[in-house]
Amino acid sequence: MSTTRIDRRFAALKAEGRAALVTFVTAGDPDPATSRAILRSLPAAGADVIELGMPFTDPMADGPAIQASSQRALKAGQTMAKTLDMVRAFRAEDDATPIVLMGYYNPIYVYGVGRFLDDAKAAGVDGLIVVDLPPEEDDELCLPALAAGLNFIRLATPTTDDRRLPAVLANTSGFVYYVSITGITGAAAPDTARVKEAVARIKRHTRLPVAVGFGVRTPEQARAIAEGADGVVIGSALVDALRASLDAGGRATAGTVSAVTDLVAALARGVRGAARVPAREPGKTGATGER
Amino acid sequence: MNVPRPNSLRTGPDERGHFGIFGGRFVAETLMPLILELERAYGEAKADPAFKAEMDSHLRHYVGRPSPLYFAERLTAHLGGAKIYLKREDLNHTGAHKVNNVLGQIMLARRMGKRRIIAETGAGMHGVATATLCAKFGLECVVYMGAVDVARQQPNVLRMQALGAKVIPVESGSRTLKDAMNEALRDWVTNVATTFYCIGTVAGPHPYPMMVRDFQCVIGNETREQMLAAEGRLPDSLVACIGGGSNAMGLFHPFLDEDAIEIYGVEAAGHGLETGLHAASIAGGRPGVLHGNRTYLLMTEDGQIREAHSISAGLDYPGIGPEHAWLHEVGRIKFLSATDGEALEAFRLLCRLEGIIPALEPAHALAKVVEIAPTKPKDHLMVVNLSGRGDKDLASVAEHLGGNL
Repeated sequence: MSTTRIDRRFAALKAEGRAALVTFVTAGDPDPATSRAILRSLPAAGADVIELGMPFTDPMADGPAIQASSQRALKAGQTMAKTLDMVRAFRAEDDATPIVLMGYYNPIYVYGVGRFLDDAKAAGVDGLIVVDLPPEEDDELCLPALAAGLNFIRLATPTTDDRRLPAVLANTSGFVYYVSITGITGAAAPDTARVKEAVARIKRHTRLPVAVGFGVRTPEQARAIAEGADGVVIGSALVDALRASLDAGGRATAGTVSAVTDLVAALARGVRGAARVPAREPGKTGATGER
Repeated sequence: MNVPRPNSLRTGPDERGHFGIFGGRFVAETLMPLILELERAYGEAKADPAFKAEMDSHLRHYVGRPSPLYFAERLTAHLGGAKIYLKREDLNHTGAHKVNNVLGQIMLARRMGKRRIIAETGAGMHGVATATLCAKFGLECVVYMGAVDVARQQPNVLRMQALGAKVIPVESGSRTLKDAMNEALRDWVTNVATTFYCIGTVAGPHPYPMMVRDFQCVIGNETREQMLAAEGRLPDSLVACIGGGSNAMGLFHPFLDEDAIEIYGVEAAGHGLETGLHAASIAGGRPGVLHGNRTYLLMTEDGQIREAHSISAGLDYPGIGPEHAWLHEVGRIKFLSATDGEALEAFRLLCRLEGIIPALEPAHALAKVVEIAPTKPKDHLMVVNLSGRGDKDLASVAEHLGGNL
């Protein structure tokens, strides 16, 4: 099976003995040009994997920060075609940093699944996270995406018990996204001890890297999570930093890009500062990333 | 339509919750284990005679069923065609058909040991029914309601509060029913261990469309018996308004396999279909995925959900139950639509001719009865689902008619 940019990136970080910083921003927020500038500056700021949100009017699993971010992007005219264009432009300059598109199914379904997979692959997208497609609906997009050579990254949650976990992991590839709380994005801070336990539980069922997200906001939290997980996902905190940099009319300012990249840099220092046992030889089974 | 049609239209959904291509379970992983548990629990309850017996007892003694099937003599004479019967769901306790479904779901929640109930509401009738049964059974009740609807349906907000429910105005998105549903789903994801989500219509992830339909079928089942008793035969046509479509499904479903019976679903055309400001998902939408199911939705070219527009808060939703979408595609239900203005005219007509103040939702169905009934012979038996009473709407009707009630 051929490897993807996501596989290669996690393998490289495992060799370095550190966790990945996975950053989420919404495509087109607060406007296409600023969003493009943010995207291209993320790798240098310390993002190892980029999640790019496909904005949707009705983001049922998201808290106020990402809801508002989606609304800003849509108001500024973001469309699926523009989101794919952003990835294409990014890919022309950066062939190594993985990009995962994250969002809800309807905009993909309406764009057309076949056309979407063709265009996403051609643009340089590496994986998909689609919040409202559980394993029960794998025929819709997951299986066609895997066939097209894209990773399909599934969310595992505190309610995903050991009985259900195999079904959730079955067609998951790239990495597993562990949702650290029962709740929406940007809500309560996760309990790091319980997260560590949960990550260990998932790792008993899979050799895929496990990234943890929902509710992680600060470099300190990122460091604590990175001690036990293979990746830390930050979304709402970045989107909030972006929002705080806007002027009264909701427009980007000279400080908007750096508001996001400064926080990414701080988070990257947190993730890189996590005390982890150096990784063993790649390919060996065992509790990589655990202590 | 070229969609294949099975021998019976009453056997759906399949085991994965599909009615043709519609329905399904499009929810976040956090909710999926609970949805599966709900499906199991409902299957067990459905097979348990004690569940049905308790439900029937509450329907009779608390809700006040059966609701009358009333011959609207003056309306019939006025329109000069079909013989019009009104199924009086407005006479149920809480004033609408919503209570039939809420009773079933609350009994199920109790079986599952859930003590906290959440609901979304548009016009407020589902919220009132949920608040009512939570009070009766001593359960905590939280109702999400779009801020726009809170303003236009004040009497129902007060009723819910009097019944002990917490009403949370939703300020996100278009601040109407769809956003209330988003917010209820967010609450559910957050409180999944303790909370039962009481969905008010035949939509949402499987098993909700099936379960709500089953609870509402009491409407059609009673209509069948009552019409046989009154006229010695089945009706010739059925008419109901459709937002999500629970009152319509409850009336229609028991008659789906009687091919001779004409079935009309009436959507809200708002300012008019041509204006784009309406809530007619079948007439003006196409298939998409929202709120856990695939169905007809109002949306942009790019798959973004559009705001619905209707004078009726209960019809102001950009989607429709998935089974309706399928029954449209197989050609069993004929979908029509009525504008705000037509609904207001019909509202006034029923008040003056029959001494019944209808809710604005069934006023949409009545608006099409005004068109269809005169084209039918005098022995044509037409049943209209009078799904709720209109007290809640008087203020907004007065405003639209310039005080000229």
